[in-house]
Amino acid sequence: MAVPAEEPRTPGGPGSPEASGKPGRTRLIRGPGMLLVWLYGVMVVGAVSRSAVQIATEFDKAPLAYSLSAVAGLVYGFITYSLVRGGERARRAALVCCAAELAGVLIVGTWTLADPSAFPDATVWSDYGMGYLFIPVLLPITAMFWLRGSRAVTS
Amino acid sequence: MLDALTVATAVAALALAAWCGWAAYRDQPTKDWHFIGMAVVTLLTLVQLVVGIVQLARGEKPEQGTTIFVSYLIGAFACVPAAGFMSLAERTRWGSITVAAGGVVLAVLQVRLYDIWGG
Repeated sequence: MAVPAEEPRTPGGPGSPEASGKPGRTRLIRGPGMLLVWLYGVMVVGAVSRSAVQIATEFDKAPLAYSLSAVAGLVYGFITYSLVRGGERARRAALVCCAAELAGVLIVGTWTLADPSAFPDATVWSDYGMGYLFIPVLLPITAMFWLRGSRAVTS
Repeated sequence: MLDALTVATAVAALALAAWCGWAAYRDQPTKDWHFIGMAVVTLLTLVQLVVGIVQLARGEKPEQGTTIFVSYLIGAFACVPAAGFMSLAERTRWGSITVAAGGVVLAVLQVRLYDIWGG
């Protein structure tokens, strides 16, 4: 294969030591996981850079909206890191964060519709992520299915 | 911005997405020809980056701010190569789908770039 750098991450079976001495981690970025990492990576860049620019230049205009975008960026960053790192603990952590993300999208999405005056400017999660092709609401659901399935394959 | 170039890049990105989507549909990983396609699209975004910077240097101002404009130019340039490297690490249909998603993201970035420059 053309990817020797990825080899040490493949599960080495129960108890078999890796070259580095660490126990084998479950790879979470096989197959559909790779697509998830890509989409989460895009959302990290989108949310973090957007909130960084807005907080740096016009924070007073809509502090709540920009802070929420920054939080969303952090959550996306953590999920991306967990997916790339792999392993059972990362899988569980990512699952929890995806649930938190989904809750965030639903709460903020409803909030922006119910009380638009609290949001003079849009967040990443406004209107359930409509400005981002609804990826923010579709992604955690897909990711949770994928992460649940990964356990069945590896255990 | 050079509108013709923005449209050309968006169309090329969507064509790349359709091509890699077709490969995924046929259960194939990305092949050499796909990487040549990605190189062509990346070249377009590189030209766009240079043209954008030249226009800024000439003193033209994007409607929604220079910082945002340059970030989007860099993002558009990095988008397809990043997806391409990921498809190298994932030699299945899912690598092809990742590049297809990269093409769609690039097309969206082109629409945003058009808006940011002020159409």
